[in-house]
Amino acid sequence: MTSSVRRTGFLSQIRIIGGGLAGRAARQFGRTQSPIVPRDNVASRAMVLVIAIMTFLSCLTLGAVTLVRDTATTWQTQISREATIQIKPGDDFDMEEALAKAQRVASTYAGVRSATIVDLAATVRLLEPWLGSGLDLETLPVPRLVIVTIDPTSPPDFESMREELKQTVPQAILDDHRTWVDRLVAMANTTVTIGVAVLALTLSATALTVIFATRGAMAGNLHVIEVLHFVGAQAPFIAREFRRHFLVSGLRGAIGGGIAAVIVFVAFSWWSSRNLGTPEGDQASALFGNFSIGASGYAGVAIIVVLIAILAAVTSHFTVITYLRRIEA
Amino acid sequence: MGPEILRDISFRIPERSFQFLTGPSGTGKTTLLRLLFMSLKPTRGLITIFGKDRSRITREELPLIRRNIGMVFQDFRLLDHLTTYENVALPLRVRGRDESTYRNDVIELLKWVGLGDRMHVYPQVLSGGEKQRAAIARALVEQPRILLADEPTGNVDPLLARRLLRLFIELNRMGTAVVIATHDLGLMDQVDARRMVLSEGRLEIYD
Repeated sequence: MTSSVRRTGFLSQIRIIGGGLAGRAARQFGRTQSPIVPRDNVASRAMVLVIAIMTFLSCLTLGAVTLVRDTATTWQTQISREATIQIKPGDDFDMEEALAKAQRVASTYAGVRSATIVDLAATVRLLEPWLGSGLDLETLPVPRLVIVTIDPTSPPDFESMREELKQTVPQAILDDHRTWVDRLVAMANTTVTIGVAVLALTLSATALTVIFATRGAMAGNLHVIEVLHFVGAQAPFIAREFRRHFLVSGLRGAIGGGIAAVIVFVAFSWWSSRNLGTPEGDQASALFGNFSIGASGYAGVAIIVVLIAILAAVTSHFTVITYLRRIEA
Repeated sequence: MGPEILRDISFRIPERSFQFLTGPSGTGKTTLLRLLFMSLKPTRGLITIFGKDRSRITREELPLIRRNIGMVFQDFRLLDHLTTYENVALPLRVRGRDESTYRNDVIELLKWVGLGDRMHVYPQVLSGGEKQRAAIARALVEQPRILLADEPTGNVDPLLARRLLRLFIELNRMGTAVVIATHDLGLMDQVDARRMVLSEGRLEIYD
């Protein structure tokens, strides 16, 4: 007897017993079917929460590293954008003429955008915090400055400029901030390296936590895998169902954590913009820039969210395959 | 390796046959059924299922061959998050079939096993007998070539046990080979069928 003949006979005989009640019962099937993988249990809710927390921490770390990197770059650019010619006072020496000479020398070099003499009033303001107001510079041997604004992309030949200044104005000292810039670059690189290391550790901890949380949630579903296997489901089908479920659960947690982190960034950015001009705001922006993580930071948050969800899905996939191999052994 | 549960056993289950597998508790009835269901591998010996050597069946082939075997587990193995209807329809759903193609068949099968009014409830609220019938319906839904039932009347009263037995006989008349593992002598006395008796790891067959 062929299978199809046998099947037809089986169904027709059942239909005689079942009668016409099937149509009435079928009308109760308005709702969609329950998902094959249970929607929620304590372990899966805990997994979503753990993923949310770890995503939040990872995104905060990423944001902090982005902030530090951007700020370090800004520091370097700002400092390397200027050089200073300092002229020391001396006896029988015309300071104003020396300043003008130094300004002229500096202006002749390619890569110099401008050379500005810090006038007396500005010098007094500069020294006011240390020497008090009402200062008479004529009575004090205070050095004067020429601020040279340079093109950071093609800086002038500082060595030639230094030599020429030595010839023209012996009292002039050119400070191209190289020592400062070198130190800053070293400090910024160290800070960014530490930040990247912390980010790598956080992401590793997140990955491990997500893997263990997913496996914990999967432990409560092993009987589902077993039953599906016993009713004839093929391994790719079972793995697909669990992958899909854990991708959605992972996304729920990761999006929650990512949104919380973005809220923190936006809140800091808003606080920073509201406090512009205040001493606290100035101090904070001097240290951390404008608290904005920029498009790359937000893209990083999105990538972390997606990667964490994929990690949860991949973990569930391998747990299913491993478990199926175990029960088939 | 643990103790040897079954040894020197040789038997054949013909198509459309009906038999009881019996013997005292702990003699290996469930183990034998699991070997037939391919959820256990024998440490030695040969098992041929539908003409195929068990040891040569690959992981990929296993679910496809298993679709010809209906298994009623002693502990039912119903999924608590699915309704009775969804549990019974599960073997069809995992094949990727559209629900509309099997809905009426499943409803009729549920009515046939007396669960027509319990199809939308979850297993937690079903009685032992109802769970048993749901597990049987799930095993039958694909119209298997062979049905293996492990103590299918173990959780039901004698009246329901007789009803379930009639259901198995009906199924057998439609062409499915049936193997019922039981130690319920009263149940076996109701049918003149082949008896496979397991004792101390050995099998005696009484046709």
